[in-house]
This record gives sequence, C-alpha cells and structure tokens, in this order.
Amino acid sequence: MATIATTATINWVAPDYATRLRRSRLGLLVALTPVLMLFVSFTSAYVVRQGLPTLDPRTNQLVRDWIPVKLPILLLVNTGVLVLSSAGMELARRQIKNAAQAGATSSTAEVSFNDEGKMPWLGITIVLGLSFLFGQWMAWKQLAANGFYVATTPSSSFVYLLTGAHAVHLMGGVVALLLAGVFALLRRPVTTRSIVVDVTAWYWHFMAALWVYILCLLEFAR
Amino acid sequence: MATHEFAAQAHAHAAPQGFIRKWIFSLDHKVIGLQYFFLALTAVLVGMFLSLLMRIHLIWPTVPLPLLGEIKPETYLSLLTMHGTIMVFFVLTTAPQGGFGNYFLPIQIGAPDMAFPVLNMLSFWTTFLGFVVLLAAFFVTGGAPLHGWTGYAPLSALQSAGPGEGLGADLWIISIAIFCIGALMGALNFITTTLDMRAKGMTMMRMPLTCWAWFITAILGLLAFGVLLSAGILLLMDRNLGTSFFVPLVTVNGQLTGHKGGSPLLWQHLFWFFGHPEVYIAILPAMGLCSQLLSVFSRKPIFGYKAMVYAMLSIGFLGFMVWGHHMFMSGMSPYTAFAFSIMTMAIGVPSAIKTFNWLGTLWRGKLRFTSPMLFAIGFVSLFVTGGISGPFLAQPVLDIYLHETYFVIAHFHLIMGVASIFGIFAATYYWFPKMFGRMMNETLGKLHFWLTFVGAYAIFMPMHYYGMAAGLRRYSQGTEVAWIQHLLPLQKFITIAAFVTIASQFIFVFNLFWSMKKGKKASDNPWEATTLEWTTATPPPHDNFGGKTPVVRNGPYEYSVPGASRDFVMQSDEEIKKKH
Ligand code: HEM
Ligand SMILES: [Cu+2]
Repeated sequence: MATIATTATINWVAPDYATRLRRSRLGLLVALTPVLMLFVSFTSAYVVRQGLPTLDPRTNQLVRDWIPVKLPILLLVNTGVLVLSSAGMELARRQIKNAAQAGATSSTAEVSFNDEGKMPWLGITIVLGLSFLFGQWMAWKQLAANGFYVATTPSSSFVYLLTGAHAVHLMGGVVALLLAGVFALLRRPVTTRSIVVDVTAWYWHFMAALWVYILCLLEFAR
Repeated sequence: MATHEFAAQAHAHAAPQGFIRKWIFSLDHKVIGLQYFFLALTAVLVGMFLSLLMRIHLIWPTVPLPLLGEIKPETYLSLLTMHGTIMVFFVLTTAPQGGFGNYFLPIQIGAPDMAFPVLNMLSFWTTFLGFVVLLAAFFVTGGAPLHGWTGYAPLSALQSAGPGEGLGADLWIISIAIFCIGALMGALNFITTTLDMRAKGMTMMRMPLTCWAWFITAILGLLAFGVLLSAGILLLMDRNLGTSFFVPLVTVNGQLTGHKGGSPLLWQHLFWFFGHPEVYIAILPAMGLCSQLLSVFSRKPIFGYKAMVYAMLSIGFLGFMVWGHHMFMSGMSPYTAFAFSIMTMAIGVPSAIKTFNWLGTLWRGKLRFTSPMLFAIGFVSLFVTGGISGPFLAQPVLDIYLHETYFVIAHFHLIMGVASIFGIFAATYYWFPKMFGRMMNETLGKLHFWLTFVGAYAIFMPMHYYGMAAGLRRYSQGTEVAWIQHLLPLQKFITIAAFVTIASQFIFVFNLFWSMKKGKKASDNPWEATTLEWTTATPPPHDNFGGKTPVVRNGPYEYSVPGASRDFVMQSDEEIKKKH
C-alpha cells in the first residue's frame, strides 16, 4: 500500500507531426459542427417561412407572399468551378502532405520547401475559389436585374441569405490558404504549412458539399 | 531540426516576456482564464447596479435618482434588458467556463495548455469586444433596447417600435452575435483539449467531474450558439434590409411597417432552442464544481461518480428537447405542449439523482466548513429550492397563469442566477490559492456567505408569492396596479434585501483584492485535494508542470482510503490496489 505519496511525472515532449495533424483535424471536425447548425437552423427557418401565408389588408384574405425565384444559370457554372477547386485543393493537400512526411522523417525538410517543378495547386485553388466568389457576386447582380432584391419576397431573402452566408464561410477558407502561402514565403516549416493546408482542404470540401446542398434546397424546394 | 521545427508550438519552454505578450495578448490559458474572470467580475458589478436601479424604481417609480433623474417606464425596460443580457452572457456563461474552465481544465487533465492557444486568445478578445458593444447601447441615441434578454420579435425587429429599438437594438444583436462567435471558439478548444490532450493514465472516467462539466457545457455551446447566431442574422436582416422573417403585417402608430408574412414564433423557436441549453451552460460547470468540493471537504469519495457523469450527459441531451416549455403561451397545440411538458419533467430525474448523490457525499463525512464548502452547500440548497418550482412551471395549465409573473423571475433567479453565482463564488474561494499563491480571508468569506445566502433567499423567495398574486414581470408601474397594491410592503422588503445583499458583495470584492496582496501564503495543496492542479507549484509555471507531464494512476476522489498513509491519495500518486 502507498505509504509515502510519490507523485509521478514524465518529461514533456513536444507533439510530433502526426499528433499535431490529428489534433488539428479533430479541431476542424468540432468546428464544423456549429457551421452545420447554422445552416440547419437557416433551413428550418426556410421551411417554416415557406409554409406561412400572410394577410392581404385590401381583401382581408390570407395569401402567399412566397414567389419562387428563378435561379440564374450562372450558379451551375459556379458550382462547376467550386467542384474543380475542391479537386485542386485535394491535390494541393496531398502534395504538401507528402513533402511534410518526407520532411518529418529526413533531415532535408528545409530543402523540400523548394517547390520548383511542381504544379502550384495551392495557387490554382485560390484562383478558382476567388472565381467562384466572383461568380456568386455576378449571380446576385443577375437576380437584381430580374427584379429579385433581398426584400422582394421571402424566397429571394433566403437566396441572398444562404448564398451570402456560404460565401462568407468560403472566404474564410481563402484567407486560410493565403495564410499558408504567406507561411511559405516566411519559410515556416513545411509541416506547419501542411497542417494548415490539410485542415483547410477538409473545410473546403465541406464548403463544396454545403454549396451543393444549398443549391438543391433553393432549386428543388422552391 | 525537429526541435526547432516545433519551437513555435512548444509552449513548454520559454514563457513570453513583456507586459503586452504576457498579460494582454497572452496565449497562456491561465492568463486568459483570469482575463475572462475579471471581465465577468466587471460585468456582474454593472449588472448588479442595474438591478438595484430597477428595484428602487419598482417601489418609488417617480422619485428622481441622483444623476439619472426620474426613471421612465421605457428606461426600466432598457435596464432590465441590459441587466438580463449582461448577467446571462457576460457573467454566467463567461466566468464558470471561460474563466475557471480555461484556467483549470488543462491543468486538471495534465496538459500544458489548451489545444489551440491563439484561438483561445481570440475567443477572449472577441467576448470582450461583445461586452464593449453591448455597453455602447447605453450611450447611443434612443438608449438601450427594450426587448428583454429574449429579444422577442416584432418588438426587437422594428426600428420604429420604441426608443432603444433603433441603434441600441442593433448594437444589442451585434453584441450577441460577437459573443456567439467567441463562445464557439472557446467550445472548440475545450472539446479538442479534453479529447486529445489528457495526460497518460487520465482516462475519461478518471477525469474530475469539473472537467466532465466543462466538456459537456462546451458541447451544448457548440450546438446552441450557432442557432442563436442564425436567429441574430435573420433579425438584423429584418431590421435593416426590410426582409420579413419574423415580422408579420403590423402597424406601428397606425402606420404599416412594410413587412408582412413573417412569424414572431419562428424567432421564439430559434431563440429558445438556444435559450434552454443556455441555462445548462450556466449551471453545469457549477454542478461539476460542487460535486468536486463536496467530496474534498467531506473527505469522502463522491457518491456515484458514474451516475454523476451520466446524469450530466442526460441533462445535456434532454436540454435540447424542452425549449417549448417557454412557449406554452404561444398557442401551440395542447399535444405539443404535453410532449414538452413531459420532457421537461423528465429532466427532474437526472437532477434528482445529482441532488441525492450530493447529499450522499455529505452523509457521515468529516465535514470541513471552509468558505468554498459553504458556497457549495449553498449551491445545493438553491438548486433544490429553485428546482422545485420547475415542475410547476412545466405544467401548461399552470404556466399560462404564471408565465409573465414574478413567479418565473423567482424560479430562474434561484436556479440559474444565484445558484450559478454560488458556483462562481465557491470556485473563487477554492482556487484562489492556486491562482494567486495566497489564501482568501476565511472570516470575511464566511461573513460573505451568510449575508449572501440569507440575502438571496430574502430577495427571491417572496417573489414567488408576488407572482402568484399576479404581480407582473417586465412591468415598471406595479405600484399603480390595484390588485397588488397591498403587496407594496413586500416589494419594499425585497428592495431592502437587495440593497443589503448587493452591499455585502463588496466584502467579497475587498477580500479578493486584499488577499492577493496580503493574504496568508498558500502551500501547494492547502485543501489536501487529489486532483492534478494541486500537484504543481503555486501559482503554476507557464507550462503548468515545469517541463513535465503527470502520470495519472488513480481516480479523482480518493479520500479516506483505507490503509493509505494520509486521508487522501492524489491522482498521480502510487496506484491504490483496490480490494473488494
Ligand atoms: C443582485 C441580485 C439580483 C437582483 C436584485 C435582480 C433583480 C432583477 C429584477 C428586478 C428584474 C426585472 C424583473 C422584471 O420586472 O421583469 C430582473 C430580471 C432578470 N434578471 Fe435579475 N437580479 C439579480 C441577479 C441576477 C442574476 C445573478 C442573474 C443571472 C442569471 C439575473 C438574470 C436576470 C434575467 C435573465 C432577467 C430577465 C430580464 C428580462 O426579462 O429580459 N439576475 N432581475
Ligand atoms: Cu427552459
């Protein structure tokens, strides 16, 4: 039996690449939960609001004020761009992960910063992401040109709300990728950059899937 | 190479130098915890001051106050909105989780810091910004909003609905939205840290109940704050972009507002889907803490550790299914109301389990009535008293009568307000030695306890009666309502009690600051407790365990272990061989 209390400790070791990667991915998974809740909540508002009639004060009758919005075809093009960017993102993720794994086991990590001769997938993804956002902006302009403003009808309110909220989230992804680029310029270790890119990649895929969901909701539950 | 690669991450070594990096934009969870704590302390002083103004107004509605003049009825509504918002968000959500959770979760599980220190810093500064934005609402034209902490539409959704519903209300919503983002960043850190950074041997079922409580609270926050954020965004759009999510066809002063077809009940659903879990966000950390303290100061293992964990989990789970009990008045179908009613009463089961386990822990213990212990026992008392009125309110037929009365005010102040505040007090007295290296003064602590304990009951118990007599909540001119005229003496008594209770809080504030400088020096383990924070130096070094990581070999509540050399065995002590 314990007579003299002996408190046990071991030396602290800094987390290695695998641990840091796992931890960051777990963090991302947790972070996606409230994003999901946000859009679940918007969806429930969408469904509820769609079913509500309103009083017409002139006739004193209950009428519907939900006018289905005809979505611009451009949104389909944008979807294509976003899916492509997701593919580019995946390639960028694998590229830098390989570099990081090589770096984490060999002592030539600093050398592998030199990305010459490789496809700049990261840059391609950023460009595609920005094109998507620009495309969404153009789609808004087309909606407005067709007479659908934010407050025209509840359905158009939701179109702007959902596309807007999604765009803001995607911008977060673009900022993270730009950060990874800045890290490269600052010659931060490839492992750190790889973790940023890896986590952003999963986030990016999630955003692509979320967009497809939003598009389906707006198109099929008009 | 490998070591220098991790240098950026490795907070185990160099502590930051310079005032700004160390105390302002610190990445150290302990400093961030203190920042949250002092933010909440500031907020609670403001919130208390507002409540005093309200109480004075309630008995002398026309008496002009120094500096403020006469309080108009709409000003009363502003005061109560700001009081409620400050208390719920910036005190009860901020101190137990952001403050003590931040400081002690990593230490109690044997980690050097939170999983994402930068995010942790951001979460504090975001919360701080939210507080500043909220207070700004007092100073803009029209003043602070009138719509209560629940922000019911359409009042909250129309700029023209009253003074304070202009810029003041926008600031209120923006503040809440900012708060949500800060709270979500915090929750992310708590969950990842708990799941991935526990020391060797610290299995989930060896975690102190405090850690369980912070963990479950974080999950609730993670699921709830996103929904509140969504509601806030929709509300802002209704107010500023002319949409009609929440506003039906209404007129203000005979003028059509231009909105139509929206649903005020949609706001209520979204708000309370957040709002009910929020009350558990406020109280779960206090539950975890009191379990801890009752065990430490009874020198007995907690009664039913597993039951406590499962009770907290089921409270958290059920907490998401009962939001409709705030909406019995909304004209919902009686069947729906019945379902919400049953679910609500079901929460009574895990709550009762916890209560009996607390009593079981005290039973035949070698009780040590220190200040933290007194506040922990006080918590149990308030939890029971406040909880008893819950099943009454959960009956739709009764709630239709009681809903907008002071009965509700009495109920939630006791169970959510004062009980959680007692948790915060208990935590402060208990962990002060670890945080500041000195003991708080016990005599002042006990005086503070008795004044607050008796005072809180004196304020809130009579409110039940006032409510049953149909004394209205959120109503400033009660003195002029015929059917409660005869209760004016009772109202006066409540106000005097509030005055005395609030005044006695300055004993605590004095004790806090005085003890930081002049308190008795604390040893590393002054309470003879078992959890890991008491194995490290006082105050803990920057990386918590000075380049080491503890190895955990025992559960968190090994008190009075037969055969052990002293009456407690710490979590990282030699393993106890249990013979059954
Ligand atoms: C010093 C002790 C306190 C006193 C004297 C006090 C007093 C009051 C009063 C007079 C009201 C207005 C009731 C009405 O007319 O509807 C009120 C409302 C409220 N209080 Fe307190 N309070 C105290 C502490 C707290 C605490 C610790 C909390 C934390 C939960 C809290 C949360 C609230 C909330 C949420 C409301 C409702 C605001 C609303 O209707 O929107 N109070 N309190
Ligand atoms: Cu509730």
